[in-house]
Amino acid sequence: MPVNYYIFLCLALFCIGIVGVLTRRNAIIIFMCIELMLNAVNLLLVAFSKMHHAANAAANATAGTDGQLFVFFIMVVAAAEVSVGLAIIVMMYRNIHSVDVNFLNRLKH
Amino acid sequence: MIPVLLILVPLLTGLVTFFFKDEKMARSWALLSALLTLIVSLLGLAVLKDPKYLAQQYEWMGSINSSFSVKLDGLGQVLCLLNAVAFPVIFIATWRTPYQKANNFFALMLLMQAGMMGVFLAMDALLFYFFWELALVPAYFLCSQWGGPRRIQVTFKFFIYTFVGSLLMLVGLLYIYFHTKENSFDITAFYHASLTGKEQNWLFWLLFIAFAIKMPIFPFHTWQPDTYEQSPTATTMALSGVMVKMGIFGMLRWLFPVLPDASFQWGDTVSTMAVTGMIYASLIAIRQDDLKRLVAYSSIAHIGLMCIAIFSVNNIGMQGVMIQLFNHGINIIGLWIAIELIERQFGTRKLSELGGLAQKAPGLAMLFVIIALANIALPLTNAFVGEFLMFTGIFSSKATYYNVWLTVMAGLCIILAAVYTLNMVRKVFYGNTSVAVANGRDIRFNEKFVLGVIVIIIFWLGIYSQPFLRITEKVSADITNGILQKNEVIQFLRK
Amino acid sequence: MQNALHIAWLIPLFPLLGFLVNGLGRKYLSKPVIGVIGSGVILASFVMSIWVFMQVKNGNTHIAEYFNFINAAGLKIPFAFQLDQLSSLFLLIITGVGFLIHVYSVSYMHEEKAEHFGRYFSYLNLFVFSMLLLVMGANYVILFIGWEGVGLCSYLLIGYWFKNDEYNKAANKAFIMNRIGDLAFLIAIFWLIAKTGTVSFDVLFSMNGITKLSQADITIITLLLLAGATGKSAQIPLFTWLPDAMAGPTPVSALIHAATMVTAGIYMIARSNILYSLSPFTMHVVAIIGLATALLAATIALKQNDIKKVLAYSTVSQLGFMFLALGTGAYVAAVFHVMTHAFFKALLFLGSGSVIHAMGGEQDIRNMGGLSKKLRITYITFLIGCIAIAGIPPFSGFFSKDAILLSAFEDNKILYGVALFTALLTAFYMFRLLFITFSGKFRGTEEQEHHLHESPPAMTIPLVILALLSIIGGWIGIPEALMNGGDKITEFLSPVIPVATGEAVSHSTEYGLMALSTGLVLAAVLLAWLQFRNYQRREATGLGKVLENKWYVDELYEKVIVNPLRWMGGFLNSIIERRLIDAIVNGVGRAVNYSSRQLRLLQSGQVGSYILLMVLSILLVFVFQFFLRK
Repeated sequence: MPVNYYIFLCLALFCIGIVGVLTRRNAIIIFMCIELMLNAVNLLLVAFSKMHHAANAAANATAGTDGQLFVFFIMVVAAAEVSVGLAIIVMMYRNIHSVDVNFLNRLKH
Repeated sequence: MIPVLLILVPLLTGLVTFFFKDEKMARSWALLSALLTLIVSLLGLAVLKDPKYLAQQYEWMGSINSSFSVKLDGLGQVLCLLNAVAFPVIFIATWRTPYQKANNFFALMLLMQAGMMGVFLAMDALLFYFFWELALVPAYFLCSQWGGPRRIQVTFKFFIYTFVGSLLMLVGLLYIYFHTKENSFDITAFYHASLTGKEQNWLFWLLFIAFAIKMPIFPFHTWQPDTYEQSPTATTMALSGVMVKMGIFGMLRWLFPVLPDASFQWGDTVSTMAVTGMIYASLIAIRQDDLKRLVAYSSIAHIGLMCIAIFSVNNIGMQGVMIQLFNHGINIIGLWIAIELIERQFGTRKLSELGGLAQKAPGLAMLFVIIALANIALPLTNAFVGEFLMFTGIFSSKATYYNVWLTVMAGLCIILAAVYTLNMVRKVFYGNTSVAVANGRDIRFNEKFVLGVIVIIIFWLGIYSQPFLRITEKVSADITNGILQKNEVIQFLRK
Repeated sequence: MQNALHIAWLIPLFPLLGFLVNGLGRKYLSKPVIGVIGSGVILASFVMSIWVFMQVKNGNTHIAEYFNFINAAGLKIPFAFQLDQLSSLFLLIITGVGFLIHVYSVSYMHEEKAEHFGRYFSYLNLFVFSMLLLVMGANYVILFIGWEGVGLCSYLLIGYWFKNDEYNKAANKAFIMNRIGDLAFLIAIFWLIAKTGTVSFDVLFSMNGITKLSQADITIITLLLLAGATGKSAQIPLFTWLPDAMAGPTPVSALIHAATMVTAGIYMIARSNILYSLSPFTMHVVAIIGLATALLAATIALKQNDIKKVLAYSTVSQLGFMFLALGTGAYVAAVFHVMTHAFFKALLFLGSGSVIHAMGGEQDIRNMGGLSKKLRITYITFLIGCIAIAGIPPFSGFFSKDAILLSAFEDNKILYGVALFTALLTAFYMFRLLFITFSGKFRGTEEQEHHLHESPPAMTIPLVILALLSIIGGWIGIPEALMNGGDKITEFLSPVIPVATGEAVSHSTEYGLMALSTGLVLAAVLLAWLQFRNYQRREATGLGKVLENKWYVDELYEKVIVNPLRWMGGFLNSIIERRLIDAIVNGVGRAVNYSSRQLRLLQSGQVGSYILLMVLSILLVFVFQFFLRK
């Protein structure tokens, strides 16, 4: 399968993520959108590493595996990030009894 | 050894002062430190005269060829002595002036002293810039924390002015740095930087504006009267007595020898600016009602004369400038002290509200009149020697065609100085006592003592200024001859 | 071995010590002690001066160098005193007359509080000190130190009664007008340094110095020096300070007018006679300024009603005569007139002080009259002074004025005519003053009449001594025509002031001139007697009013110079400084402030808007990267 399909799929996922972050006000949905963007990039990494491997397999048996490894790292980091992010959202809910980000405009002051 | 001590003593004691809780303690500690600095400075002048004590070089930032290099030459000696004399005098004179958070106040004052010492001693461009800023930053805080009612606005102005100047200077110094052999910040490398005439021209203005703002000369001067008026008097003394000398000093050490051709060529332009400023400031001084503003404007006029004398590139005038740096510092600090005393004793410093002080405070009147007359360069006072030499230098100058006109126009300020000074004396001290003055009394002994010391210095240097002339002889000749030799061709063509 | 004259530094040291002791100790010393110290130091200087004079008379002159005042970059100005014929003569006049004035002051100022009494004497001593420095200095810079010093002292003494603001203004005026002249003097010094590299008299006036100066240099330098002298010696255009200087105590006026200060300009030009002689143009200017001043001041003096103002304008007029003498090359005559003038003008001022003292502070002569009966000694001495100043033989003024007139006659007949006319005016206004004050009926109040008394001996003795000197003082300069070898002063001064070798007028012409001037002066005196022996108060009209208001010179200066300067100061302060330069600087600050306030609106605090901005910016970067970068 040509790599182009993957690219377009990732681009679509990424854009959905961006639009979601920009337009939604619910913190949890925004958070999910961020995860979506992250995974779009992950997918892209896997796709490219596969392509890389296919092109260079003759010369180098392990070509492109580093990209796959990288994805695992990102998933671990993302998991950690999710836990922190969810904790923040919980704290936010406790404080203002809402998960609407428009209430979070303290940066202005 | 001496130069390092001169910087370290006020720097370390200043940092320590932050931690004092008691106001009295902080005051005494600051005075002690200032006296110690004075002793060190006198040691360098009289006892440890061997060159090996007067120069020091340490590794600093090796990667960019900048070293901690300090040296006490003739010019530095005069100015360091001024700096060292000024601070004890300031501390004693303002002994009774109350300050909030006195420990911070005195700490910042000492840091400012350390910065100024560094400026006068640095033999490395980066070090020079570092100390230049180190001297300025405490000044902002001093003015904005302890100043008068309009202090925020005024400090803002002061900040903009000096910051613009500093940045221009930094750009200039860096540009020169990249054009030295082996990219070094060392002063000798700067003196031998290879710059084309065109580069020199615009570099000259970068550096000159920085120094001109500091001096200040017309039209870069408007921060000065406001800042002097709003700052606490102790800071004003340090600013006008010592810090404005940084501008002149910078020109003598970092502008003239580095950019000799441009300095020579722009001489007429700068002199014209300075002489305009002199007359301008003198005329304005006539109309001032606030003592502090009056003295501030008179200071602009006096500094303008020094600027002209420098640009006349004449050995006599150059020496005049160097001793006048000291004399002007002493005189103006004396004036500020007297004004501070008047304000504290009588609650105002407006000419229109004062009057007849001579009846209430004859001691103050006598000392003030002597210092005021020294300020207008009456013979046998210190300023006469300096101004006489400067005027002689300007008149004999070969660097300009307009030497006679410059002398005459600058000379007019001698007359105008007499006008505003005598008017001030008349309105403050003579006539009938005004309402504000009615309950006043004469100054205390310690205040008389400080002013007395200043008066003694005034007369001593007015009658016998040879020691200072001897110290500055070599450095003045070096600077002048350096420029004249490089410009021999130009001179030849001009004739 | 060092020259005996080397210890001449003692002469100025005495008054300086007096100044310090009286000035610093004025709160602790009693009045008699202050008086004794103040006068004693001047007496000591006087004794020293006599000794110096005898030394010089025996042919011993000396330049005493003490230390380097300035030694920088090839310019060497030693602190040195020159003791020769000219300076020793001036030393005698200054300390001698000065001493009498000090003695007189002790009594005149006895009502002052001890503190102010001490201040007064310290200033007086400082005044004499400065003047001594001025005449002893061996170069222009030392001379200039004394020159500014006397200006300062006159400022301090004119403003001595500092509670009165008018007096303070007069003091300021004196100092500032002097400073205008001083600036010219300074520029002359710079010019000399630039051209010759020295300011020492002995070098400058030798071939070594003169040859370094071109004709133009000499003319400019001498003109500048002249401008300096017009300030100090109250000549046109800088003369208006001197009459105002009457604000000071009367003995101070005597000191300023007779012994010190105003003679400085004459001394300086006489000292520089070699330069002046080389510039005929300047000489003409000097003569014309002198004569114009003499005439102008004499006309003003005709209509003044303040006893001291009349004397002040007469001083200005007499100084004009001295300048005329200098301008016609008769330096000796000028110095001679300085000397005789010192005697009779000190006498007249101290006499007027005695009158004012007796009248309880009254100075307006319209309120006096008939004083001759009550104040015998004052009257007689005052009369002697008037005769001397009018120039009636054999009183001193005759000889010096005759020498001046003769020199004017030799130079130019018109100068002579105007000078003679001025001399007649002098006789007329002086005797007008004498008659209005001393003859006729008393016109003051009852109380004043009751109070009238002769002054104490401490005041009258100096008067008598000065009267004596006013009579015989001229006998050291009797013209050759009258007595062979009588002109001792010319001979004495000949080493400093070369004797002119020009063709002299014949003795018969000289007799004729003397007879003419004496006759006319006597006629003027007679006229004054007829008109003023029974003076009645009248309002001045027409020209008289113009004269009474001093030709409105002060008002003119006020309008043309002072007011515009004040206006300029105000304009620069309120318009240029505040509205222009400050506005630009503050404008920069305000612009920064304004733009930052606008930019702040972007910071809404909404995370979403930040992210939107971020995304848009990234898109922009992409667009730029792919489409525009070609």
